Amino acid sequence: MGSSSSNMNHIPNAQELMQETGFSAAHLLRLYERFEFLDRDGKGELSPDDFEAVRELALNPIGGRIIEAFFPQGQETVDFASFVRVLAHFRPNDPNRKDGAQQDQANSRTRKLKFAFQLYDQDRDGKISRNELLQVLRAMLGIQVTEEQLQSIAERAIQEADLDRDGAISFDEFKKSLEKVNIDHKMSVRFLK
Amino acid sequence: MEDVWSVAAGVFQVWMFVVLFLIMLPAMFGLSLGVTGVYIQILVKILEWATVRIQRGQQEQPSVPIPLPNGIIERAEGSMEEELEQLRSSRSLAGGEFALSDVFYFYKNGLESIVDDQVTQRFSSEELASWNLLTRTNQNFRYISLRLTVIWGLGVFIRYGVLFPLRLMLAIIGLTWLVLGTTLVGCLSESSVKNWLSELVHLTCYRICARGLSATITYHNKENRPQKGGICVANHTTPIDVVILANDGCYAMVGQVHGGLLGVIQRSMLRSCPHVWFERSEMRDRHAVTSRLRAHVAAKTKLPILIFPEGTCINNTSVMMFKKGSFEIGGTIYPVTIKYDPRFGDAFWNSSKFNMVSYLLRMMTSWAIVVNVWYLPPMTIQEGEDAAQFANRVKSAIAHQGGLLDLAWDGGLKRGKVKDSFKEEQQKMYSSIIVGHNRLGSEQGCGDVPEEQ
Repeated sequence: MGSSSSNMNHIPNAQELMQETGFSAAHLLRLYERFEFLDRDGKGELSPDDFEAVRELALNPIGGRIIEAFFPQGQETVDFASFVRVLAHFRPNDPNRKDGAQQDQANSRTRKLKFAFQLYDQDRDGKISRNELLQVLRAMLGIQVTEEQLQSIAERAIQEADLDRDGAISFDEFKKSLEKVNIDHKMSVRFLK
Repeated sequence: MEDVWSVAAGVFQVWMFVVLFLIMLPAMFGLSLGVTGVYIQILVKILEWATVRIQRGQQEQPSVPIPLPNGIIERAEGSMEEELEQLRSSRSLAGGEFALSDVFYFYKNGLESIVDDQVTQRFSSEELASWNLLTRTNQNFRYISLRLTVIWGLGVFIRYGVLFPLRLMLAIIGLTWLVLGTTLVGCLSESSVKNWLSELVHLTCYRICARGLSATITYHNKENRPQKGGICVANHTTPIDVVILANDGCYAMVGQVHGGLLGVIQRSMLRSCPHVWFERSEMRDRHAVTSRLRAHVAAKTKLPILIFPEGTCINNTSVMMFKKGSFEIGGTIYPVTIKYDPRFGDAFWNSSKFNMVSYLLRMMTSWAIVVNVWYLPPMTIQEGEDAAQFANRVKSAIAHQGGLLDLAWDGGLKRGKVKDSFKEEQQKMYSSIIVGHNRLGSEQGCGDVPEEQ
């Protein structure tokens, strides 16, 4: 990572990206270097393999899902702009940012929640079904719990959050059940100044 | 025409004189003329000036983004339990122990890893806080001032034009002398004279090779130097580690038998003193390896074995898992920490990026190699400790001395994938948090739950 010389000119549409995502020039540059580092064959794009090469990610139980978040709708590669846009969801909220409506920004609370919602809702039908919840639970718990325990945990979670009793958790119900959680803190990666 | 030849001959004679009397002879006796010391001091002054100049330049040109030296993110330090506690403290846990917000912990962790992970970066060169006037470490340091560029240009000329031929010649002389000298000594019969001569030959050659890299080595705590019949372990950054350590003492090397030039060197070294070279097939048989090493150590008169338990080159910012095989042999362990100063040259061998020859060329065209070597007090395995725990203890001591990060990851990850068992560990931890607390939970399925430790 230390021997390539890169500067802002290599990054396509740098200014627009900065505007859109709110990353500073220094951060964008750093992310670009990281992108180049992960892109081992220098294709200018990342494939799922490149993500899997990150050692620490391999031990994350939902690592596979996180990688999928970068490749929506069956896309096979992700370019730098999309890479940064996904990461922008995890920027802490800046209260000082005055341009544009607060709700539109990538890292607003709603957008963060929506992003997390999509982690569960794989088929994008706007609801987390019991099956989808079970899948996430299975990923996080593996073989450590029995199938019965999994079912009961999923059942309890749905009962708690499902306010209109339709057997699935909609986005609004999801938001409601998380209204006390400090999303900005818990779903933000602290980028150094 | 003849004038040119006579001038060339004159230059050549001066050159040989310099090499022979000012470098080789002092090397034989372990003396130093102090030239390298002066060189390093001048370099330090120039680099400090360059750093200040670059910083000033960056402030004057605000459009140039200042590179972030300490990584891009600050990672959450809490354990899984602490983080999940915090996530849940904002709501009551009436029913299930699983909360929808739990997934945030893993999500955030995963994204932090994607942006900056502790392991993958260890397999590539360390980043410098400020440019050290080598093109290869230039990341986004733009044109700042004319003077800086001139100095850089001068640096290129000196490194490639003056230092490189000198170093190359020294390296060749050193290696040739090693092969010849050890072969000659090998002709003698076993005696203390032979051992003494063999040590002299080895030391001289390694010293010449060290000069061939403009290496400035500072040894600390020499009273802890490895003794005969012991095992010396050190952190591994580059094949040059061997040269660095062997400048101050003789070791029995351990390694695979190679072909080609390296094979010739290995065979001739074997003639003068017992090293331990393994065939490729033998390396797979751990038992055979251990017993041979054990036999070597048991004969208390043989030179200390030099082993690098990490098994691969790491970039000198951290120490990775020590393979426990070296710690099962028995005998006294002499830990050694080797720390390179990255300002003068990047010593790390990134074997996936450079082969041996291009690596050595890069070494010979750096400013210099400045190393600190600390000999740590000897350690032995204690009661009730197994080899893996002992290995970790030694590793921590080495990391602590050198200011390196002590990582539990396996250096073998450089080439291999993370085992699934790591993921299972995480799953286990998480499940013990959810299910482990499930004593007061609903009665379904609770009775047949196997006890979680």
